[in-house]
Amino acid sequence: MPSFDLGAHGLRALNSNLHALKGQTNETQWDIVNPRGSHAIAVGVDAPVDITVHGSTGYYCAGMNKQATVRVKGSAGPGVAENMMSGTVIVDGDASQYAGATGRGGLLVIKGNASSRCGISMKGIDIVVHGSIGHMSAFMAQSGNLVVLGDAGDALGDSLYEARLFVRGNVKSLGADCIEKEMRAEHLEILENLLRRGEADAKARPEEFRRYGSARKLYNFNIDNASAY
Amino acid sequence: MCGIVGLFLKDPSLEPKLGAMLADMLVTMTDRGPDSAGIAIYSGARDGIGKITVQSAQPEADFRNLDEDLKNAIGTPVLLLIKSTHAVLEVPLDQLEAARTALAHLRPAVKIMSVGDSIEIFKEVGLPKDVAARFDIARMKGTHGIGHTRMATESAVTTMGAHPFSTGSDQCLVHNGSLSNHNSVRRTLKKAGMTFETENDTEVAAAFLSHKMEDGAGLGQAMEATLTDLDGFFTFVVGTKNGFGVVRDPIACKPAVMAETDQYVAFGSEYRALVDLPGIEDARVWEPEPATVYFWER
Repeated sequence: MPSFDLGAHGLRALNSNLHALKGQTNETQWDIVNPRGSHAIAVGVDAPVDITVHGSTGYYCAGMNKQATVRVKGSAGPGVAENMMSGTVIVDGDASQYAGATGRGGLLVIKGNASSRCGISMKGIDIVVHGSIGHMSAFMAQSGNLVVLGDAGDALGDSLYEARLFVRGNVKSLGADCIEKEMRAEHLEILENLLRRGEADAKARPEEFRRYGSARKLYNFNIDNASAY
Repeated sequence: MCGIVGLFLKDPSLEPKLGAMLADMLVTMTDRGPDSAGIAIYSGARDGIGKITVQSAQPEADFRNLDEDLKNAIGTPVLLLIKSTHAVLEVPLDQLEAARTALAHLRPAVKIMSVGDSIEIFKEVGLPKDVAARFDIARMKGTHGIGHTRMATESAVTTMGAHPFSTGSDQCLVHNGSLSNHNSVRRTLKKAGMTFETENDTEVAAAFLSHKMEDGAGLGQAMEATLTDLDGFFTFVVGTKNGFGVVRDPIACKPAVMAETDQYVAFGSEYRALVDLPGIEDARVWEPEPATVYFWER
């Protein structure tokens, strides 16, 4: 079980060690100590390993993650799990702005709150937030699921494509072209699965959520809107 | 980018360490802006004493006999403490305005950084560690302070373009972001009698707050007004003689992290700036909400 002291050895040594892990490896458990809010911790990992960061992280922790499970025992700065491809990222505390931005796959779990622009332009990632999310979340979100046990801020899902948004609490306002939609059996099934995988099944039941999605009115140019551009 | 740090002490036992804590915090933010750096320290008011912090490009010539010359002009003793390109002049509080007027005649090239009975501002072009060393910030004590390291976007990299900006007695402001309507706000403020040293957008924000407070607004009210009257991106951290405030614009893309314990309230552009503060592990750490004013006063 490698333990890595980031304060002593530095970011470049950490990430080059992690990048050297390819395919099957016996070094499956990594503990990173002394993160001290550093940027770009465990970015670009591409191996089925478990990485635990003991403390809070700065910008872009676990960005572009593939296969790995990264757990942050603290809070995460801006852009956690940005453009994640697969794997799992779990933040025990809060996440700053644009958590999971542009993510293409995998699961991002935030046990606390996420601030503005959570899941902006998400493209297939699943995000489960145990707390609340800030304004402009899921802006231009294309696919994947965003599950929020708390409240959502202003302009949720503005210019949304086909991502599904599930919110249990209040939505301060919906963005352009985002509407509430009927919750069908298939959605309850998705929620049941994500709540369990997101370590939230003891906190909330699928029936407590509302579903929001795209009204699909902004997909094509509409000449009647020309004056608005 | 730009990096901001701030510290408002609740526990007087930390006051001797204020400068050292703030300088360390600022150095961690160096890679957010290497152009210039500055620190405002509220060192605590002493009965009847007023302070003017001045800066000169030719400190040897300008500061030579400045205390004697000023004493002769205003007729009361003056204490002069030179720190590199800056100097702090101590005069009787009721002679502050007279001293300021006399300075403009005696040393026209000298720039005034701050005026008040607690505030001192030191700022120069260069890295935070060099600026902090040059002014011996680590040995300064005080009740609260604000630091800034600048990545210039709106105006030139000069001493006067560095933050903090002070446009009123014992007031200062630092800024991460850029304002888009600063020219029109500056014109309005000029008509109302405010004066400006630079073309910098942040100076306009500082003067906007000073003007509101001159008109009777409290710190919180003045900060609320920035949300309606100033357009652009901003995270502001503001100091007054007894107060410390934070406000972010409604879009809030300029980062901000705060921490509070029984001993202090701290601000950092990033969590990295806060990691060495005492008791940070158990502090309440949060991100200030968009378009929300936070302030503390003692």
